[in-house]
Amino acid sequence: MRWLVTTVAETAPETVDAVSLRLDVPDWPGHRAGQHVDVRLTAEDGYSAQRSFSIASPPGAARLELTVVRIDDGEVSPYLTTVVEVGDQLELRGPIGGYFVWEAADTRPVLLVGGGSGVVPLMAMLRHHAALNHQAAMQLVYSARTQHDILYRDELDRLVDAHRAVTITLTRQSPSEWSGRRGRVDSDLLSDSGWPPTHEPRCYVCGPTAFVEAVANDLVAIGHEAANVKTERFGPTGGG
Amino acid sequence: MPIVSRGFGGRRRQPGVGLLPPGQYIVDDFPVLTAGPTPHTSLDDWDFTIVDETGSQVARWTWPEFRGLPAESITVDIHCVTKWSKLGTDWTGVSVDELLDGIETSAAYVVAFSDGDYTTNLPLSDVLDGQAWVAFGYDGGDLEAEHGGPARLLVPHLYFWKSAKWVRGLQLLNEDEPGFWEALGYHNYGDPWREQRYWGD
Repeated sequence: MRWLVTTVAETAPETVDAVSLRLDVPDWPGHRAGQHVDVRLTAEDGYSAQRSFSIASPPGAARLELTVVRIDDGEVSPYLTTVVEVGDQLELRGPIGGYFVWEAADTRPVLLVGGGSGVVPLMAMLRHHAALNHQAAMQLVYSARTQHDILYRDELDRLVDAHRAVTITLTRQSPSEWSGRRGRVDSDLLSDSGWPPTHEPRCYVCGPTAFVEAVANDLVAIGHEAANVKTERFGPTGGG
Repeated sequence: MPIVSRGFGGRRRQPGVGLLPPGQYIVDDFPVLTAGPTPHTSLDDWDFTIVDETGSQVARWTWPEFRGLPAESITVDIHCVTKWSKLGTDWTGVSVDELLDGIETSAAYVVAFSDGDYTTNLPLSDVLDGQAWVAFGYDGGDLEAEHGGPARLLVPHLYFWKSAKWVRGLQLLNEDEPGFWEALGYHNYGDPWREQRYWGD
C-alpha cells in the first residue's frame, strides 16, 4: 500500500490533550466508517516512527480528519498534538481495516460503545449516519474520564435526534450539575441505554483493552450474540 | 523517499531497537487485539483436530491428551502488525511438528481455525521445522483467555495475527485460502522483516 503525502489544512483542539487534524489528501481512495490509517513521521537523519490512528471523518468528507489524543510518554501523538501546524506535510497510508466498519446498507439498529479515544472511529459512523439521514437507529454509549475529556461534545449534542441517541458516562469526576451517567460502562448501563439483544443490534466496541474486554463480555453476558459484537482495542502501551 | 517531518526527533534510544523489524516499536506490556469478544471454551469441551486435504479428520486430542504431548519452552520476539513488538517472550507449547508427526499429506498450505470463527492461512512449510507451536503457557503461567488461552498458535517469524488465538485445529490444504484478516486487506504472508502488512506490500 502506497504512502500518501498529505497537507494539514486545519487543526482543531478537541480537549486539552486532543486535537483533530484535518488533512488534504490528494488521491484519497475513500474510506468506510470505522477504518484507520497509518501515519509515518521521519526525522532528518532518516529515523522514522509509525502509528495507527482512527479516521473521524465520515466517508465522502472533503477532508480526512484524524483525532489524536496525546499520550504523554508517546512518540508520535505528542508530535501530532503539539508540534504539527497548518501547512505541514504528513505521510499516511490507508484506509486500513475492513472489519470494524459500519455500512449504510446495513439497516439493523446499531449500538456503539466507546471508551476514551475509542470514540473516534465511532464518530465516523455517527457522522456518516447523520449525513445520510439514515433511518436505522444508532445509539452511542461513550465513557470519558471527566467532562473535560469528552471529545466532540457540542457536535454529539447536535447529532441527537429521533434516529440517534448519545449517552455519556463519566468515570472519574463529575460535577454536581452533570446530568449524564456516572461510573463505568457495565451491564446495567448497557441494558438501560443500549438496544436489548432481541433487537439484534450490530455492536461496535472500541477503546483501551480492559474497557473493550469488559464491555464485550458484558454484551455477551446480557444476551448479545458474539457474532454481532465487533471490537477494536487500543493497547495501553504508552507507545502512541 | 519519505518526507522529513519538521521538528520530529523521535524516541530512538530504546534498548533492543536494533532487533526490530521496520516500522515497529517496543512495548513492555502485552496489548490485546481481537475482532470480537473473547471466547471462553471449557477445557472439557476443548479439543484440537487435524483435518487433511481430503477433509478427513486425521487426528484429535482432548485437553488432557494434548497436555500429555511433549512440550517445549520457547523464547521469541513477537511483532504485531499494529506496530508493537515485544522482545524475549516466554512460552510453553507443543510443536506443530509433533502434532503433524506421522500424518501423510501432500498439502502445501494450512489454515488454523479457532473459536469465534477466526482463521488464518500459512504455507505448511512455515509451521514445520521448529517454526510454530500450539502454546498453552505464557511467562511461567497458563495462557490467559484474552491472550488466546487455553491455547493459541505461535508463529513468531510472521506478524502476530498469524498466531491464531483460541486455536482448535489445523486444516491442511492443497490450495492457499485467505483467512480472516487476509481477506480483509492484510497481507497474505505477513513477514515483518519485509514489512508485509497490507495487500500490495
